[in-house]
This record gives sequence, C-alpha cells and structure tokens, in this order.
Amino acid sequence: MIGIRLVHEAIDPAALIKCVSAADKGAISLFLGTVREMNEGRSVAALRYSAYSEMAETELVRIADEMRDQFGVTSAVIEHRLGPLEIGDIAIGIAVSHAHRAPAIAAVAYAMDEIKRRVPIWKEEEYTDGTKEWVDPTAHGAVLK
Amino acid sequence: MESFEVRLFASFAELFGAPNVSVTLPTGSTVEELSSAIRALPFGAALPTKLVVAVNHTYVPARTVLKPTDEIALIPPVAGG
Repeated sequence: MIGIRLVHEAIDPAALIKCVSAADKGAISLFLGTVREMNEGRSVAALRYSAYSEMAETELVRIADEMRDQFGVTSAVIEHRLGPLEIGDIAIGIAVSHAHRAPAIAAVAYAMDEIKRRVPIWKEEEYTDGTKEWVDPTAHGAVLK
Repeated sequence: MESFEVRLFASFAELFGAPNVSVTLPTGSTVEELSSAIRALPFGAALPTKLVVAVNHTYVPARTVLKPTDEIALIPPVAGG
C-alpha cells in the first residue's frame, strides 16, 4: 500500500512500520525528521508548518509513484505534520518496505530529497529571542541539508 | 480581458496581507505576464526575482498560457521535511 498523509497530530513511528509490514518484505527503512533546537546558529523555541495541502498531497503521490518506478517500491507511507511543533517533535516520517534493503534505503533518501525540493510546505520558526521567520532554504546560496 | 485569482501562502500571504490577490490580464496571457502584474501590485516589488508558479497543483514554466478556470498559486521557497 501507498499512504500519503498531512497530519495535525503526533506522528507514531510504530504505526508507520505497521503500515508497510508484510510477509514478502525483507527490509523496512524508516526515516524520522525531528525539530532541532538550533537552526543557522539561532536558538529555536518552536515552529509551525503550513502547506498548500491539495498540491502537497499531489506532489507526495507523485514522489511515491517515482519510488515505485525507480526503486520498485510498492509499499510506502509518508506522513508530514502541520501546525505548531516543539523541539524534538517528529515533523516527517517515511517508512518504506521492500524485499531487499538497498532499494528500501535508497527510496527513503530519494523521497526526502524530493520532499525538501518541491513539496509546497513551509516552516515558520519562532526563536528564543521572540522573533519569527519563514525558513528559506534557498537563501544565502545554501544547499539542501 | 480576464480576471485571475492567485493563491498566496506563507511569507507571500504575509507580504500581501491576504490569502490571494486578483489580477486582470488580456486573454491568452502567460505565467510570465501574470508574474509581472503581481510584481506591479502594492508590496509586489518585495517578491523574489524568480517566482515559482503552480497551475492546477503542478509547477509550470513561465511560457504557460493561463485559462480563466485554472487554479493558480505563487509558491514561496518550500521548507518541508
């Protein structure tokens, strides 16, 4: 199964694993992106994700299609959390299963790179000094991390 | 002439103080012409030099011709994940 979800509640890694578990799979690759306390040298207090939800879901489905075409992945779940998050919260969870480990690991890495590059989701960080800013990964010639 | 509603998000919605803007353009106008018209609106000059536009939930090149029924959105730099 392929599952794509934008959620407003906490992401449960065990639930992601359960979604992609099956007797014909020999590997499950799980990635969790979590909220870090420092970004670009600034101390983050909290943040908020927002999305162009209809298009974000469409792009995530396209990325899942590409995982199938490029890595033979037919069992994957991607959850991205929206709304307010605190330090340590899981912002994104991806679980992919496959008969073998190499395609599972590669597909997760591919999906994360593509999500950061093109899925219309935005992050507003609030810093401990009380200021707020929409994060722009393309600013200052920065590369994707 | 046609009127086009353009959806705004995140920093762009804050810039204009609204979730969308409306621009009127000649029939058959392109995404590039739409971008120029948005840039000419109050606050539009503060937009980035290169605007990313989605039509019907798909990123499109600047030469794309717009139809009145299109769902058009300006996409600020994304920061998901």
